[in-house]
Order: sequence, then structure tokens, then C-alpha cells
Amino acid sequence: MARTDTASLPPTRTDFRDRAVGRLLRRPSALVGLILLAGILAMAAFADVAFPGDPLDMAGSPLLRPGDAAEFPLGTDMMGRDLASGIFHGARVSLLIGGVAALVSLVIGIGIGALSGYYGGRVDRALMRVTELFQTIPPFLFTLALVAILQPSIATITTAIGITSWSGLARLVRAEVLRLRNSELAQASIILGASDARIIFLHILPNALAPVIVSASILVATAILTESSLSFLGLGDPNVVSWGGMVGAGRETIRTDPHVAAIPGVAIVIAVLALNLLGDGLNDVLNGKGERR
Amino acid sequence: MSDPVLAVDGLSIAFQTRRGPLPAVRDLSFSVGRGEMLAIVGESGCGKSLTALALLGLVPPPGRVTGGTVRLEGRDLLALDEAALRHVRGARISMIFQEPMTALNPVLTVGEQIMEAILEHEPVSRKAARERTLALLERVRIPDPARRFAEYPHRMSGGMRQRVMIAMALAGAPAVLVADEPTTALDVTIQAQILSLIDELRREQGTAVVFITHDLGVVSRYVDRVLVMYAGRKVEERDTRDLFADPFHPYTKGLIAAQPRGLAARPQAGPGPAGVARERLTEIPGTVPALAAMPPGCAFAPRCPLADDRCVRTVPPPRPAGSGLVACHHAGESHAI
Amino acid sequence: MLTYLRRSAAQLVFVLLGIALINFFLLHLAPGDAAQVLAGESGAATPEYMEALRRQFGLDQPLYIQFLRYLGNLATFDLGYSFRQSLPVSELILQRLPATLLLMGTAIGFALVAGCSLGFLAARRAGKLTDTVISIVALLFYATPVFWVGIMLIVVFSVILDWLPVGGMTSVEANLGGLALVGDVALHLVLPAVTLGLFYLAIYARLMRAAMLEVYGQDFVRTARAKGVRLRRIAWRHVLRNALLPIVTTLGVQLGSILGGAVLVETVFSWPGLGRLAFSALFQRDLNLLLGILFCSSVVVVLVNIAVDLVYTLLDPRIELG
Repeated sequence: MARTDTASLPPTRTDFRDRAVGRLLRRPSALVGLILLAGILAMAAFADVAFPGDPLDMAGSPLLRPGDAAEFPLGTDMMGRDLASGIFHGARVSLLIGGVAALVSLVIGIGIGALSGYYGGRVDRALMRVTELFQTIPPFLFTLALVAILQPSIATITTAIGITSWSGLARLVRAEVLRLRNSELAQASIILGASDARIIFLHILPNALAPVIVSASILVATAILTESSLSFLGLGDPNVVSWGGMVGAGRETIRTDPHVAAIPGVAIVIAVLALNLLGDGLNDVLNGKGERR
Repeated sequence: MSDPVLAVDGLSIAFQTRRGPLPAVRDLSFSVGRGEMLAIVGESGCGKSLTALALLGLVPPPGRVTGGTVRLEGRDLLALDEAALRHVRGARISMIFQEPMTALNPVLTVGEQIMEAILEHEPVSRKAARERTLALLERVRIPDPARRFAEYPHRMSGGMRQRVMIAMALAGAPAVLVADEPTTALDVTIQAQILSLIDELRREQGTAVVFITHDLGVVSRYVDRVLVMYAGRKVEERDTRDLFADPFHPYTKGLIAAQPRGLAARPQAGPGPAGVARERLTEIPGTVPALAAMPPGCAFAPRCPLADDRCVRTVPPPRPAGSGLVACHHAGESHAI
Repeated sequence: MLTYLRRSAAQLVFVLLGIALINFFLLHLAPGDAAQVLAGESGAATPEYMEALRRQFGLDQPLYIQFLRYLGNLATFDLGYSFRQSLPVSELILQRLPATLLLMGTAIGFALVAGCSLGFLAARRAGKLTDTVISIVALLFYATPVFWVGIMLIVVFSVILDWLPVGGMTSVEANLGGLALVGDVALHLVLPAVTLGLFYLAIYARLMRAAMLEVYGQDFVRTARAKGVRLRRIAWRHVLRNALLPIVTTLGVQLGSILGGAVLVETVFSWPGLGRLAFSALFQRDLNLLLGILFCSSVVVVLVNIAVDLVYTLLDPRIELG
């Protein structure tokens, strides 16, 4: 049609990548996401410097409100634990579990999706059946059961979240691989006799990266939500402080001191919001809002 | 010609970009009389579809009409607001589109979609609208209208869907029907059926038809006049017979020569410029220049075998020629205009 | 239709088998032998009973025989016995299921209606202030953990304003019947349903906005405009119905996650449903009950998905079951 003919020419690949970062920074939502995320990373990095000592120890008199005492800017909970210290140290746990759990589901999801899309046929049918199964079992209940059986610790929580949250990604990767497998580049490599692994890792997966990067940030956000939900229910690692656990502990005092439950919740919202904003921004920039269609 | 039903004067359309407006259609004028069928012909990208949309006030952003008038039965449509324009669309002027597949709503029955065109303009009962819809379906020769009425678009063939589109467009008995490549997506035999249906309807109802196409051969049998567009401008406008017998503009010549079925082999009426007329182009070499890279002179010059200094420097103004107009510095040279 | 039913039946059987396998695997993953796990770890059952259990479940037999027995039990809907609650697991689950379905249904209804309306509004005012506000609100809800929303709503509406009950499904002190009981339950349902719904409301609002904008770009919208249909009517009749299609698909995909959210919400509001049951099973280490709940909720997801498929065919005439 006349109108589409005049659209700007698609940028070349390197050109595209160079400008992607700039374009990301020009989007206000993505920029806000990056700034918030940087803030949380800084909190995690400087937790020990800013708040030395175990955040689970009693630090002052219990149930101080924010502003009551200068050394406890966010107040204390019913056990006299410093909320600010908990928030800083909790950032570590949230980011660690969120990041590693997302990594686990990335590995499983990409692996299953790539095999399924590349080999097709019986392999595809079998793997997709398994994927369907994992989509059917309520993921949070599944995670609960896994953690309950394995006993809660950072390692088991991370594994459980990773195992139960890869199905959507596997479908996405499968669709991308299916599309790319029939591309000229991949077909040429097949004719030239390149090994399957080489074709998958060299020619197919790098081109499927854009949607994977976008889902990765969403996966981290979801993992952080799941982890906080687990520790809210009391299934967190008992040896570390976690935002969800802090909300759970604050529940006891919502009638008199709602700030104890409110403050760590805000931290969760900010962390998840930052990752979602970043994901949205990446989606707009990398997937080009239909530019590559 | 008596008072035209539709008169377009100096129509200009531009795309609004960050670097300023990019003109896509420039200073286009034409008119159509009652029962007349005019073809607007050109390669894709020449601005013909944009022109078609402008006739109904439907130019999509970032496109915008930047000048001119579109008078339908004496009223300038470009001066109307959206609410007033809505009452004209589908009632006095209507349009059918290229893709009958996507131009119909997949989740509504074809009957509902045609009825809507009636109910949105006239205070009639649903029952009366239904009766008229059935009559329209019969009119466009859809067999078994009562059953087809309740059918969804995906159950119909492309030809059937285009008949539905035509029925929908005719629902308000419009004075002008704009057809934007209505046969391009169809098989050759179906193309002919749809064309003769449109032809028959305009003869019976006196509807003026503006027929947009890139394929001269398709319309040569039906249209009264042909307007050739190139890069947003009218380069030639002639009665159909004259145009085929003796095209003036080198671009028109190229288009005719590019037609299959030996249209180019028709005997030349006048002594054609040596070397050009006899050159049987299967395709015009080169492509339409991009909007952002429009040459200062004649836009066709880079592809034209006759181009000289003058062509590169200045845009040729339209001049009367034969039964119409032509915009080419060289058009008169070997012709007695 | 028949092929569709056959295919969904096959899918159901496959999912059941798969979950059975996973459950079986989990049982053996737990520390201690399966009889201990089945009886609830802390010795609620007598040693004699444990011995009987071991024999009954053939724990001295090879693994695959054990699995076959387990399957046989599931096939007869025998999910085992909860020694903690002194009731068969299936009975416990059936008791609690209606409350959970009521909560989920209300929450989904609320999320769909409110989310789609907001998305619809945002798309019609795309780029304007309304759109921006709706988009920001949706982003916030999308990032907020369900349990925290619940607690904050309790703080505002129960503690500070004292408009709505803190938790439970009925007022214990009042002995209500008939319409009064319905009203009482409805009052108790408001906060949990809103809590569970807000997250999905955010998803549907975002999705609806995107879907509406995409549909607006399609050819048939231009056709509708070309025939002079009012913009309002285009939005309601042409765009909305097509934009609902991806919403329905998403709803099907998210059922499992909504059920998971129900666990949290029921815990926060002491809503006597499956989630609350799962929560207590968790802390009493009543693994048999927990896995029974996992099994049953997966079955619910499959069944509701079949219903969603049926709804989809009603909305989209292009799709035929088969």
C-alpha cells in the first residue's frame, strides 16, 4: 500500500543495537524503572555498610513509628527489629532469589522451547504436553508443596520457583525457534552440514534474544512476588530477613501499628514495578512495536 | 459534461513527520459526473489509495489533507466536521476496499454488517432494514440471500465477500462509489464478474464510480476516463479510448506497454515518437522515488527515456491535450495537440 | 464437537496422570518413608496403624507397583485419609471447594468487568490524561503483592473505616438464614474478592487497552467508518467484541495462577476455602492433604479451561470445536 511504502527503512542490526540503549533511556517509564532498580541494587550492595549487624536481632524498643527515633527512620516491629535494616538486607534476598530463580526457569524454558521448536514432531508433542501440564498445575500451590516438602531455604525456594515458572517462556521460545528454523540463514547452515547444537546456539537463539530478554525481566519480577508470598506464609528461609516475611510479621499489629506491615510492602511494590517498567521499555525498544513485522 | 457529482480541486495530502510535512499527493484535481466511471491508475506508492481515503475524509495519521477541496454534490467535504462527515459517508459517498478478507468484521454476520449501513443513516425499523439487506444481497447476485444473511464472513469466498462489500456500499444509494483496488485480491474470472457487477450497477443507478487500480488492463473495458498518477501528481487524464490509442505521457506509455494481453500492440493513432512507442516495455525500469527524495523537476525524469535538462529542473505544468490533460515537457513535440 | 470432547478427555487424562506422577514423586522426595508422610509426620497414628498403612499401600513392593496402586486409588477418587483432620481428603476438599469457587468467580468477574472497562476507556482516550492515569494505576496494581493489598484493605476498610468485616465468610455471632445470610456472605466477600481481583484487573486493563488499539488499526474498522458508523458504535460493536478474544484466552491461561492467589487471599481473610485448607495442611505437615489439594485444583483448572474454550467459540465464529 502506498502508505507503508513510505515508512522509514528498517535499521541495520548493529545500528539497531547501538541505538537501542539510547532509545531505552529516552522512554520515561523505562528510565524510571532503571533508576528504581539501581536504587534497590545499591540498597542490597551497601546493606552491610549502612546497617551492620543481623537485621533479625532486636535493635531498639518495639513498635517505634517512623520518626519516633532518629536511629530508626522507618521504626521498629513488635520484636524491636529495625525496619530500615530489614528493608536493606531484604533487598539482597529478594534480588538473589528473584534473579537465580529466573535464571533457572530461563535455562529450563529455553532448553525445552529450543528442543521442541527445532526438532518438531514427536519431541515437540511430548515436550509441549509436559509444558501444558506445568501450565495446568497452579504454579503457586506447586511451589508451596515443593518448598514444604524440601524444607524452606534460599536454595530450595529458588529451585522451586524456577521449576514451576518456565512454561510460558518455553512456549515463547518454541514459537521463535520455529520461525527462525525456517529462515534462510538456518536453512543454509543445515545444508552446509552444521551440527544441530551449532545451528541452535549460533544462528537461532541469538536471534530469539529480544523476546527472551523482555520475559527475563518479567520473570524476575514474578519470582520476587512469589518469594515474598512464600515468606509471607511463613515458608521463607528462617535464617534471613525477607520483605514478605516482614509483612507477615507486621500482620499481628495492623490494628495498632499498620506501618510495620505497610513499609516492606512498599519495598516489594517498588522492586516489582521497576522490573515491569524495564520490561515494558525493553519490549517497546527490542520488539520495535511492530516495526519488524 | 453537466454538473459533476464529485469535484476535487487542488487536493494535497502530506505525511506529518518530525522533519516537517512530506507531500504525498500534490495539487490533484479531477471530477466525475453522474453514472461516470473514472479510473485512477498508478504504481503503488503514487498516492492513489491516499486520494481515495481523502474523498471520504479517512486519511489516517500521520497523513493529513493540507489543501484543496473535495466537493460532493456541491458541498465541500473537507470543511465538514467528523459528525457531519459521518452522515455523508455510507449515505452519499461510500467505499469498497482491496481486501475483502480483512475489510469485514469477522465476528458479525454479513447481514448485520450490511444492515448497519442502513440503520446508521435512516430511521427505519430493523425489519425494514433486513428486507432491504436481503434485496441488496440479491442485487449483487448472492445466491440464497436468506441463508447468507446469517453467515459469517470467513465462510464465504473472496468474490462473495467482495459482493457483500458492494452491497454494503450501495445500501444508502450513494451518489459516488470509491473502489480501491476491489479486484486485486481476486481470481481473474471473479475479477471480471465483480467488475461487470460494478459497471452494471452504475449504469442502472447512475452512481459515479472512482476506481483505483494499478492495473490498466483490468479497467480498460469499463471506465470512461483514466487519470494517471505518478509520485503524487496527475500526469495524464484522458478518455479511455484516446488514452489507449495514443498515450501522451511516457509513463502512461510504459504502463500500457507493461500490460499483458497485447494491449501495447494496438495500432498507434498518430505518428508516435520514434523509438518510444515501439519499445515494448514489459516493465518500466527503476522505481517510484521516495517521498523524502523527490527530485525538484519532473518526478518521472530519472526513469524517462526522453528526460533532458528542462525535465530535471522544472515540474511540467498540466496542459490541455486531446480529450484531456497531460503534464510532460515533451508531450507536444511530435503530436498535434 | 465430538472430536473436541474426545480431545479434552484425553487431555484431562494426561494431566491427571502427570499430576499423579508428580505427586507420587513428591511423596517420595519428602524425608521419612511414605507411610509417615501419609499419616502426618509427627506421629498422629499408632505404630500398628502405620504398619497397616505400609501394607495397604504396598510400601514393601517395588516403586512401580506402588505407583500403580496410587493411580488405582486416584481413579476411584480415593485421595487418602487426613489423620490430622480425621476425615478423608476428598471429603475435606469437597467441603471447601465451593467457598474457593465463589471467591474465584467473584474475583474474576470483578477483574474482567472493571479491567476491561478501564482498558476500554484508556484505549478510547489513548494518549490523553485518562489513559495515562489508568495505565499508571494498572502498573501499580500489577506490581503489588496480593497479600499486602489484602492487609492494606483491611487496615483501611475494616480497622479505620469499620465498613467491612476483617475476615471469615459469615458473622459467627449472628445465626442468619435465607436472604440475610446471602447478604452477610456478600459483605464478607467484598474485600477478599477485590484483593484477589485487583492484580488481574491490572492485567486485563493493560491487555484490553492494547487489544483495542490493535483492533482499531484493522481494516474492518476503516470499513465501518467508511459506511458512516458512529465512533461510539464502532468502539462498542466492532472493536470491543474483537478485543475481548485475547482476554478470554488469557483468562484460561491464568486460572492456575488465580487459584494460587486464592490461597494467599484466603489466608489473609480466613476465608474457609481450599487455600486456607492448604495453608493448615502445610503447617501440620499433612502432605497427603496438600497433594490432594494440588491434584484437585489442577482438575478444576482443566475443567474450567474446557468451559473457557466453549465461551471462546461463542465469541469467535471462526473457531469451531474439533
